Amino acid sequence: MKRRDFLAASALSAVPLACRRKPAFPFPGELVGPDLALGHWLRGGAFAEPEHFEPVSVLVVGGGVAGLSAAWRLAGSGLDDFRVLELEREPGGTSRSGRNHVSAFPWAAHYLPVPDRGNHAVLRLLKECGVLEGFDAKGDPVFAEEATVRAPEERIFAYGQWWEGLYLRAGATAEDERQYHAFFHEVDRWAAFRDARGRPAFSIPRSRCSDAPEARALDSLSFATWLDARGFSSPRLRWLLDYACRDDYGSRLDTTSAWAGLFYFAARKQGPGEDSRPLLTWPEGNGFLINHLRRASGDRLRCGVMATAIREEKDGLFVTAWDAVNQVRLGWKAQRVIFAGPQHVAKHVIAGLAEARPAAARIRNAPWMVANLTLRARPQEPTFPLAWDNVLRDSAALGYVVATHQSLKDYGPTVWTWYRPFTGPDCEAERAHLRSLDWPTCARMVLDDLHSAHPDLEGLVARLDVMRWGHAMVCPAPGLLWDPTFLALARPFGRIHFAHTELSGLALFEEAQDHGLRAAEEVLAASGRRGESWR
Amino acid sequence: MANSASETPQSEPTLKAPLLFISVLLIASCGLIYELVAGTLSSYLLGDSVTQFSTVIGVYLSAMGLGSYLSKYLQRGLARRFVDLELAVALVGGYSAPILFQAFAHTHAFRVVLYGVVMVVGTLVGLEIPILMRILKDQVRFKDLIAGVLTLDYMGALFASILFPLLFMPKLGLVRTSLIFGLLNAAVGLWSTYLLASQLGPTRLIRLRCLTVMALLAVGLGFAGKFTVALEEEIFADEIVYAKDSAYQRIVLTRGRGSFQLFLNGNLQFSSADEYRYHEALVHPAFSLRPEAKRVLICGGGDGLAVREVLKHPSVQEIVLVDLDPAMTDMALRQPMVRQLNGASLEDPRVKVINADAMVWLKETTSPPFDIALVDFPDPNTYALGKLYTSRFYRLLQRRLTDDAMIAVQSTSPLMARESFWCIAATMEAAGLKVHPYHLAVPSFGVWGFALASKRDFEIPTHVLPGLRHLSDEATAAMFAFPKDMDRVPTEVNRLDNQVLVHLYAREWRRWS
Repeated sequence: MKRRDFLAASALSAVPLACRRKPAFPFPGELVGPDLALGHWLRGGAFAEPEHFEPVSVLVVGGGVAGLSAAWRLAGSGLDDFRVLELEREPGGTSRSGRNHVSAFPWAAHYLPVPDRGNHAVLRLLKECGVLEGFDAKGDPVFAEEATVRAPEERIFAYGQWWEGLYLRAGATAEDERQYHAFFHEVDRWAAFRDARGRPAFSIPRSRCSDAPEARALDSLSFATWLDARGFSSPRLRWLLDYACRDDYGSRLDTTSAWAGLFYFAARKQGPGEDSRPLLTWPEGNGFLINHLRRASGDRLRCGVMATAIREEKDGLFVTAWDAVNQVRLGWKAQRVIFAGPQHVAKHVIAGLAEARPAAARIRNAPWMVANLTLRARPQEPTFPLAWDNVLRDSAALGYVVATHQSLKDYGPTVWTWYRPFTGPDCEAERAHLRSLDWPTCARMVLDDLHSAHPDLEGLVARLDVMRWGHAMVCPAPGLLWDPTFLALARPFGRIHFAHTELSGLALFEEAQDHGLRAAEEVLAASGRRGESWR
Repeated sequence: MANSASETPQSEPTLKAPLLFISVLLIASCGLIYELVAGTLSSYLLGDSVTQFSTVIGVYLSAMGLGSYLSKYLQRGLARRFVDLELAVALVGGYSAPILFQAFAHTHAFRVVLYGVVMVVGTLVGLEIPILMRILKDQVRFKDLIAGVLTLDYMGALFASILFPLLFMPKLGLVRTSLIFGLLNAAVGLWSTYLLASQLGPTRLIRLRCLTVMALLAVGLGFAGKFTVALEEEIFADEIVYAKDSAYQRIVLTRGRGSFQLFLNGNLQFSSADEYRYHEALVHPAFSLRPEAKRVLICGGGDGLAVREVLKHPSVQEIVLVDLDPAMTDMALRQPMVRQLNGASLEDPRVKVINADAMVWLKETTSPPFDIALVDFPDPNTYALGKLYTSRFYRLLQRRLTDDAMIAVQSTSPLMARESFWCIAATMEAAGLKVHPYHLAVPSFGVWGFALASKRDFEIPTHVLPGLRHLSDEATAAMFAFPKDMDRVPTEVNRLDNQVLVHLYAREWRRWS
């Protein structure tokens, strides 16, 4: 879509909304970032050059998990001459968080599965933030109790009441149970898989996964097809798996690669028969990790600054940027650039990239709506009590997580973070739809979704803010994840290195971090600073 | 019409209309009492008083409507029917409370019996006024009849509704109240045989029936004392003298047989008869090892009873009591019985009351360290309570203690919930504490357990503050010996992310309920 088309679409969508005004809500709220207008400016292209290009060794474009991790890695090797540019006013990307008088709360990503022994990068980070306390006699990492999700972890609303757990056992038939166990038996089988080099089929991050043909073959079909072929027809089981796809990928059973579907379950297991690893979480979600990572950048992190053009010349990379805070044009001359933004932005910023790498056009991102509801008090509930993750079975949304759960507050005001991925097959259409929604429509959507479980909720809401993520999560569609041209997108383009979770085809903190470290280590190697890898 | 023909000849001047109006007053009172008895009883037994009263009143009123409707099918011998009706109401209404208690204790169909009894009594009561009005209709002008009957009907309801909570419930209890009003109904029947004698024909047999019914009710009343002890007092332990639904829990205080009890959400917290055993055991062993303790933290214990014991130690300079519920600490300050029992301990200038979730408070406080911490929470029967028994809680607690501080934790019954008890000890150990569990008998609870702990190794106490009611030096040392059926069993550690104790506790106590 051209910029002009976008503006026209926005103008058109505003007309019907102006006509059907929703009744006022008894509470305030607003649509918060990301800065759509600023981001979409890029599509206009053609920015004038700045007068001065400040020399810098490394310029990191993008202050999300990948960019901040790259900066963390550079700083860790003493390469301090870098800058990080972040388009939004706050760093963190989809790990951003907010805070109000009641609690800190996530704006998107909100947990991290406990890393296994081999995930050195995440262990190093968690040790730095005091979450990894040490190792037990068996050599397994021990994590701070306050960071592991407090029980009760999950509950599900179905048949007019809440039930413990996410898989609905109430009303399950013997066949449902059989299929449930058979599926997890299959997961166990894949968790046990090791290739000739001893690599597992599924591990986090995926750079540790085997590329053996039998594992890669899973990527050629959809999760739905894979389930059909094995007779997994239980509606409860398929609901659970579809929920997993929506929750982790913003896609559905039939639009998710079977490799990605099994990855969700098998990569979180140390070995067959073991429980999935517990989750780590904080009131602000993964914002906790961002708040630690950003310290490595210090004042070298510049927010509200958008890189608009990157041009490679013999003596360096000339980067033009727009400082939206001070309304000035900026320029850097960098030896290396780590582009830690998504490919759909990269093609507008990096001269010649789109033509050289057509595979980038295959990447699809699902849009999401995230709402934070600040509640004056909690609804009265007679059935299974409020958990950390609260899921409504009969809903297109994913339910809500409770920000105060981990801060141990069981009474009084709280903040709920509600999530809804837009999982239709046409991401562009879904995105246009999401962009067209005004605040009252969004607020009504949230309250209507929760009404069956919490009919008295509206009177308890003190504030309801909505974030519309246009490009929240990369969709691991069948055939993408092991496509060589897709995987090649992570390779450097001249002196520009790439880091972003979408290069894994999986939107996960660990993937973003892994690409950030890889890109930083490429840069370090190029500058002659070879050292032990953190990955 | 046939029925009007059968009613008209009864216009004899001998009918005593004003006295019959008094019957209206009495039967109206009785009718409302049965309704109140059923409503009260069901809300006590089933909880949720709003729902119970609403449904009982709804069923009762609609049954009265049914009775009024059915009254048109009663055609002959209305006076006689009226007396029979009174006797039927007397029996069913009078025995309603005993019937309902029995149904609750011995059947699984309490609600069926409840609404059945309410239906029957309501229908019978609904018949009373229409029949009485038809009896009176030829004696009194219609407009006076309507005015008189309805006035007295509503007045009777007023008497009953005021006297029931103020007089009958506290002084007589539900069983006696319902039987006595049954007797009153039967008495109206008997009295009516005189008032309506002219319409009744031979009355000897009818009066004999009245006397039989009254005798049956009197027998019930004779047994009521025993009956009340056996059922009513068993189920909600006597008269309720204080009840409050706070933001966090239902607080109920009951009184009976020379003692009073505190219940939180229906769970007994203490009985004034033996709480001294519990609170002496909670407080003094820790002090035996730290007799010079200056700063004391009490988590939970909003009743002020642990504070009372702490104040016996002259070294104490400051007591911080952290209890979630302001309604609880307010009651400890103001309710005369509780205040007398705790010796107005919360008013002592050394006491600082903080209403907060103790775990959140421990995490956020910057308070100087304490020499002794007494942890007195309700048993871990919810996740919100279970978190207060996790290794994380004991770690947070330790951060607020001096290096040689002593901790005493109430840790449920080592006999009835053996694994839960030892799970708490194991969890405290996992949090790095040295633990010596102990126990004693608290008759209203059973065998009860505590855990004494410190960051450093310590010897169990062998002496105790002199002058206590229960603890002596010998009794103190003896508490630390565990007989075989309460001895240590291996358990998991209760962590925030597993909360095994909540499940363990629920499973173990299920056997005893």
